Amino acid sequence: MADVTQLIHDYLRHNKKFPHVFCAGCGHGIVLGSLIRSVHALGLPKDDVVLVAGIGCSGRMAVYVDFNTVHTTHGRALTFATGIKMANPKLKVICVMGDGDAMSIGGNHLIHAARRNIGVTALILNNQIYGMTGGQCSSATPQGDISMTTPFGSLEKAFDIVEMCKAAGASYVARGTSFHAIQLDRLISSAIMHPGFSVVEVFSPCPTQYGRKNKFRNAVDMYKWLKANTVKVETLKEPDQKPADGRIPIGVFRDVEEPGLEERYFELQRKLMGQNR
Amino acid sequence: MSKKQKGQTRVCVYPDWCKGCGLCVAFCPAKVLVLNPFGKAEVANEDECINCGFCELHCPDFAIAIKPRTRNGASQPDPRSGWSDPESEHGRASPPEPTPEPNPNPEE
Repeated sequence: MADVTQLIHDYLRHNKKFPHVFCAGCGHGIVLGSLIRSVHALGLPKDDVVLVAGIGCSGRMAVYVDFNTVHTTHGRALTFATGIKMANPKLKVICVMGDGDAMSIGGNHLIHAARRNIGVTALILNNQIYGMTGGQCSSATPQGDISMTTPFGSLEKAFDIVEMCKAAGASYVARGTSFHAIQLDRLISSAIMHPGFSVVEVFSPCPTQYGRKNKFRNAVDMYKWLKANTVKVETLKEPDQKPADGRIPIGVFRDVEEPGLEERYFELQRKLMGQNR
Repeated sequence: MSKKQKGQTRVCVYPDWCKGCGLCVAFCPAKVLVLNPFGKAEVANEDECINCGFCELHCPDFAIAIKPRTRNGASQPDPRSGWSDPESEHGRASPPEPTPEPNPNPEE
């Protein structure tokens, strides 16, 4: 197991302030490590990877890692990523968003990016709350859970990101957790190499804003909950149904090969240029 | 399945980067790490380490490194110096990146 941490340090910007801004026990750090390991395992040079991040806790990720990075406006990370991918399709564009960023403020951009099937990897770090602004209820907060703005429990149902992206037409949809780090490495690697739009939802516990209001004593309890309440989708008898015991299925939900928007665009361009000659 | 070899590794915790979340302490299968009175992870019984790599993969702050043990049996580094060479140009505040393999024959 040697050299894993050493490898991560090769990809960090050591002139930034470390240790990073995430709270003790926050899963975002684990996801950052997993992302770096995946990129390294694929052998991609740092200059060929673009990390686009929105606003929120997850937006800080782009600051620390030594790829081409863009820290964009709230909810619009996918639109910037779409532009980058269309301008230079050789780049591997990874878009890091939080649940508020992807589902609430940028919800429209997510479904339309999935509909277009643009070759961008969307990494949605779902911590089930607006962590950075003080713990308000987000669209991914489970029904009945307590947050700063729902002190008696949330009345609304949470978004199922996987189901929504499948319905909107994304060609690779997966879900992982920051507890299952080795599986997460695999999911992110295959998402980056996938030609069309790929979504990886990552459950990343927020002990500070979500955990302490919902009867998790500390970060360790949240990871124990993740360990006990997730099930690999391959082991389910009916993968399309939600498990009856309420556990969260993790794994790859859809993996179909479809050409991305940028490929279709350049095909059209080649065809039209051929006609004019 | 082969028996796990114990005592083959050196567990290094970089205290400046550790935030004391306790994940490594709670999930270590061999109970190698403990939290010290300052709330940081500390290596307690390194000889029990089975080299599973959980702590290294799951440390959110990249503060743990597991290295193969050197031949002369050196184990735990001085925690005050971090894990990098204190005389290296980056010194204590900036960590592990510039630690190459220790040169067995330093030039005079």
